[in-house]
Amino acid sequence: MSKTEPTPATEDADIGAAGSQLSTAPAEDTGVAMPGSFGGVRKPGALGWLAWSGREALGWVRWIWRQLTSMRVALILLFLLSLGTIPGSLIPQTSVDAVKAENWRKAHETLAPVYDKLGLFHVYSSVWFSAIYILLFTSLIGCIVPRTWQFVGQLRGRPPGAPKRLDRMPVHTTWHTDAEPEQVLAAARGLLRKRRFRADATGDAVAAEKGYLREAGNLVFHIALIVMLVAFASGQLWKSEGQKLMVEGDKFANTLTQYDDFKSGSLFRADDLNPFSFSLDKFEGTYERTGPQRGTPRTYEAQVTYRDGADGEPKKRTIKVNEPLETADSKVYLIGHGYAPVVSVYDGQGKLAYRGAVPSLPLDANVTESTVIKVPDTRDKDGNRTQLGFRGLFVPTQVPEMPMVSKFPALDNPRLVLTAYRGWLGVDSGTPQSVYQLDTSKMQQFKDKDGKSPFAQNLKVGDTMTLPDGSGTLKFEGIKAWATFQVSHQPGNGMALAGAVAALVGVAGSLFIQRRRVWVRAVRGADGRTVVEMAGLGRSESAKLPEEIADLAAALTKDAPPVAPKEPVAPEEPVAPEEHKESGASEEPATPADSADSQDSAEPSEGARA
Amino acid sequence: MPLAAAANENLAHISNVLIYSAMAVYTLAFLAHIAEWVFGSRSAVGRTAAAITVEARQAAAAAGGTAAAQGGGTAVLERPKVVTRSAVGDRDIPDGPGAAGGSEKGDVYGRSAISLTVLAFLLHAGGVVTRAASVERAPWGNMYEFSTTFGMAVVGVYLVLLVLKKNVRWLGLPLTTTILLDLGLAVSVLYTDSDQLVPALHSYWLWIHVSCAILSGAALWVGACSTLMYLFRDGYEARLVAGRTGPGLDRYLAELPQDRKWARFKAKLAKGTDNPVSRLPAAATLDKFAYRINATVFPLWTFTIVAGAIWAEAAWGRYWGWDPKEVWSFITWVAYACYLHARATAGWKGRKAAYIALFAFATYIFNYYGVNIFVTGKHSYAGV
Ligand code: HEM
Repeated sequence: MSKTEPTPATEDADIGAAGSQLSTAPAEDTGVAMPGSFGGVRKPGALGWLAWSGREALGWVRWIWRQLTSMRVALILLFLLSLGTIPGSLIPQTSVDAVKAENWRKAHETLAPVYDKLGLFHVYSSVWFSAIYILLFTSLIGCIVPRTWQFVGQLRGRPPGAPKRLDRMPVHTTWHTDAEPEQVLAAARGLLRKRRFRADATGDAVAAEKGYLREAGNLVFHIALIVMLVAFASGQLWKSEGQKLMVEGDKFANTLTQYDDFKSGSLFRADDLNPFSFSLDKFEGTYERTGPQRGTPRTYEAQVTYRDGADGEPKKRTIKVNEPLETADSKVYLIGHGYAPVVSVYDGQGKLAYRGAVPSLPLDANVTESTVIKVPDTRDKDGNRTQLGFRGLFVPTQVPEMPMVSKFPALDNPRLVLTAYRGWLGVDSGTPQSVYQLDTSKMQQFKDKDGKSPFAQNLKVGDTMTLPDGSGTLKFEGIKAWATFQVSHQPGNGMALAGAVAALVGVAGSLFIQRRRVWVRAVRGADGRTVVEMAGLGRSESAKLPEEIADLAAALTKDAPPVAPKEPVAPEEPVAPEEHKESGASEEPATPADSADSQDSAEPSEGARA
Repeated sequence: MPLAAAANENLAHISNVLIYSAMAVYTLAFLAHIAEWVFGSRSAVGRTAAAITVEARQAAAAAGGTAAAQGGGTAVLERPKVVTRSAVGDRDIPDGPGAAGGSEKGDVYGRSAISLTVLAFLLHAGGVVTRAASVERAPWGNMYEFSTTFGMAVVGVYLVLLVLKKNVRWLGLPLTTTILLDLGLAVSVLYTDSDQLVPALHSYWLWIHVSCAILSGAALWVGACSTLMYLFRDGYEARLVAGRTGPGLDRYLAELPQDRKWARFKAKLAKGTDNPVSRLPAAATLDKFAYRINATVFPLWTFTIVAGAIWAEAAWGRYWGWDPKEVWSFITWVAYACYLHARATAGWKGRKAAYIALFAFATYIFNYYGVNIFVTGKHSYAGV
C-alpha cells in the first residue's frame, strides 16, 4: 500500500494523488494528534461553561473514536485477542469440563481465588475477554462503514488522472512512434478496456484501473466476521443441549423432564424444544478382531424409530458417530454406549421385586462394567421389610484366568460377577444418589456358607443366584445394549456457515486480486514524433505489474509501432542492472530488455519490485 | 483376515525402513549443504560479497532513477523496455550470491544436496504411502503419522518452489535441519504402531481438514524461515548502510569500550554471521517472499478451521467448543491476521511485522506439539 509507505516528501509528491485511495484503509495519523483542549475559548457564565464542556466532551469522543477505528488500534486489539485466548486453553474451563475445573480449584488453593477473580475459569465469557472483542468489533464496524462509502465513491468516480511525471512511477516505459497521439490514446483506451480495466481518456492521457474486487473482497471479509460473531452469539444464547441414556427398547420424547442432564443458553425457554420422539431399537458395535489393534472400535450404530412432531409417521433411522439424526431444528448425536444386564429379583417371599435392564458403567476400553442393582421393596423369608443391593462387574468377554476383566468389548463370553447386600439402601434419605454407586454403610454383605468370605457368584445368561438364608434369588435373564444420546439445538448454524463461506471468498479476493493503475500518455515530441509513455502503480506487494506493463506495451505497439527518435534526445546509456530488480537474483544476469519481456525472469520471488 | 493383518504389518515394517532410509539420505543432504556454505565462505565471491553489495548500492545510487529506457540506434524497435523503480524506502541492496557464494565446489555440493533431498523425499513419501496402505486410511491418525506427513509436506513445498524456479536454494540447510529434527522426534518419542481410527475420526472431513492443516503448516514453515532470515539480513543491511561491516565492523569493535558487554557481544556475533548472511537474498526479497507465502496460506488456514468446525459439528454436536486444539488454531489465525494488518500499517511493517509472524508460527507449532502433549482435550490423539 504505497500511501502508507514511509516516503520521503519529494517522492510522495511524485506519486501523490495518483496513488491515493488504492485501498480504503484508514489514513494513518502521522502527526502526533495530542488530545488537548477541544473546547476552545470558554465564555464567562454557566452557559459558557456548558458550551465549552459540550465541545470538550465531543472532542474527546471524536478523538477516542478516531483512535479506536485506526489501523494501529485494530492491530493492537487483534494481538490482544490472540494473547487473551491463550489462558483459556491452559486452565480448565468450567464451560468445557466442569469436573476438571473443580478438581483444579481444589488442587490449587492459593491460586484458585485469584483465578476466580480474574475470570480465568471462564475466560471466553469473562469481562476482560469480552472487552477485547467488543472493542475490536466496534473498531471493525467503525472501520467498515466509512470504507464502504469510500469504496462506493471510488466505484462511481473515475480512476485518478495521470500524474505529471510518469517516469517517477514504480513501473514505466516509453517509446516513440509515428502514430498520431489521438490514435495512440484511443488504441490504449480500447486495449485497456478490452483487458477489463476501467479506462478513461482525459487530456493527453488515459487513466485506467483494475482490481476493484480486491477492495470488495476485503469489505465482504470484514462484514462476514461480524455475521459470524452474531451467529455465534445467538447460538450461545439460544442453544440447548441435553443428554439421555437409553437401553434398547426405550422411548424418548423431547421434553425437559426426560433428560438426564440439560444445559441451555441464557435466553432459551423450555417451550423452545421442538416436539419429536424416538425409540432405540438396537445398538450395534463392531470391533477389530485381529492384529495389534484387536478390540479397537470400528463402527457404532444405533437403529432408531423416529417420529417428527407429536404424532408424525414413524421412520427408521441409523445414528452413527459422525452422522447425527437431524430433526426440524435439533440434532441427535450418538455419544456413548455400554451394556445393560437384564435381571429379575425375587424376594424371600418368592415375589417378583424387580425386573429390568441395568445400565452399567464402562470402566475400560474392553467395556468391563461396574453394575449396581438396587431393590428397595422386598421382604425377607419371615415377611419383614428389607432392601437388597447387588454390586459387581459385568464382563462382556470373560476368560478363566482373569474373571474380573473383560478381554474384548463384544459379547463373546458375557458374565455377571455379583455380590449381594441387605439392609437399607438409603435411597429415600433425601440426598440424591448415583445409580452407579451402592452406599453400603447401612447394609450387610451376605456371607458364604463358611460365614466368613463374602458371598459372590459368576453368572452367565440364564443362571440364577440364590441368596443365603432364603433371602431371595436373582436371575440373569439377558443382555441389552444402551447408548447415550445428545440432543443439541443450536440456532445460527446456517448463518455461521454462510458467514464463514463469505469470509473465505472475501479474504481470497482480498489477498489474491491485485489492484493497480495504468496510465498511458501520448504527446508530440520535439522531433515531431509521438512520445508514448506508459506507467503502472500497484500496491507494493504486486510483483506481476512489470510483466503486465510489458505485456500492455507490447500489445499497444501494434497500433503505435516504435521507431527511433529522429535526433536521439539522449545517447544510449548502459542501464545499470540494479535498475532492473529482476536481474538482482537471477542466475544469468538478464539484460534489461529480457527482464521485461521474458516471463520467467520476472518471477515474483526473484525480487521484482513494483 | 489374519492374512490381511500380516500383510498390513509387513507394510508398516516397510514404511519404517523407508522412513529410516529417508533420514539417512537427509543427513547426507544436510552435510552437503554444510559443505556448500563452508566452501562458499572460502570463495573469493563469498569473502567479498559484502564489498560487492556496497559497490552495487553505490552504483545504484549513482544511476538513480534516470536511466534511459529508449533504444537509440536501430530504426524500428521490437519492444519498449520496462523500467522498474524499487519501492520507495527500500535500501536498494541486491540479493546475495547464494550459499555457495560463487565457489564452484560449493555449488557442486549445493546441487548434490538438492539431488539428495529429492531422493530422500521419494523415500520419505514412500514411507508415508506404505504407512497409509498399512492402516488403510489417511496417514495422520496420530502424532507419529502427522509428523512424518508434515515433514514430507514441508520438503514438498520446498521442492515445488525450486521447480517453479523461485529463489529458495538458501532454504536447503534450515530445511534439512528441521526435517531431521522432525523425523528424529517422530521415530523416537512419538512412534506409534500402525493402527486404525476410532469411529469419531471416521469422516471425510478428516481428510480435508487435516490435509489442509498439514499443507498450511508446511508452507507457513517456509514463510517463518524466510522471516527469520529476513531479521538477520535486515540487521546486516542496516549495518552495511551504516558502514559497520567488514573492516568497518572491526574498527567499531575496536572502539567499543570493554564494559559495553552486550554491544560487544552483538558486534562479535555480527562478525561471525555477516559472511553467511551476506550471501542470503536481500532483506526486501526475503520479506516479500515471506509475505507472499503467509498471505497465500491465510485463506487456506481459514478454510482449515472452517472445515474443522463443520466436522466438529457433525461429530460432537457443536461447531465451536473452545477445545484447546480449536483455541490454538484460532490463536494462530488471529496472529496471522495481525501480521497481515501490521504489513498494511505504517510504523509496523518491517521488523515488527516479522516478530508478529514468528509469534504466529510459534502458535502453530505449539498447537501441534504443545497441545497434543501437554493439554488434554477432545483432539488428544497423540498416542504418546
Ligand atoms: C476482527 C478482527 C479482524 C480480522 C480477523 C481482520 C483480518 C484482516 C485480514 C486477513 C486482512 C487481509 C490483509 C490484506 O489484505 O493484506 C485484513 C485487511 C484489512 N483490515 Fe482487517 N481484520 C480485522 C479487523 C479490522 C479492523 C478493526 C479494521 C479497522 C481498523 C480493519 C481494517 C483492515 C484494512 C483497512 C485492511 C486492508 C489492508 C490493506 O488494504 O492492505 N480490520 N484484515
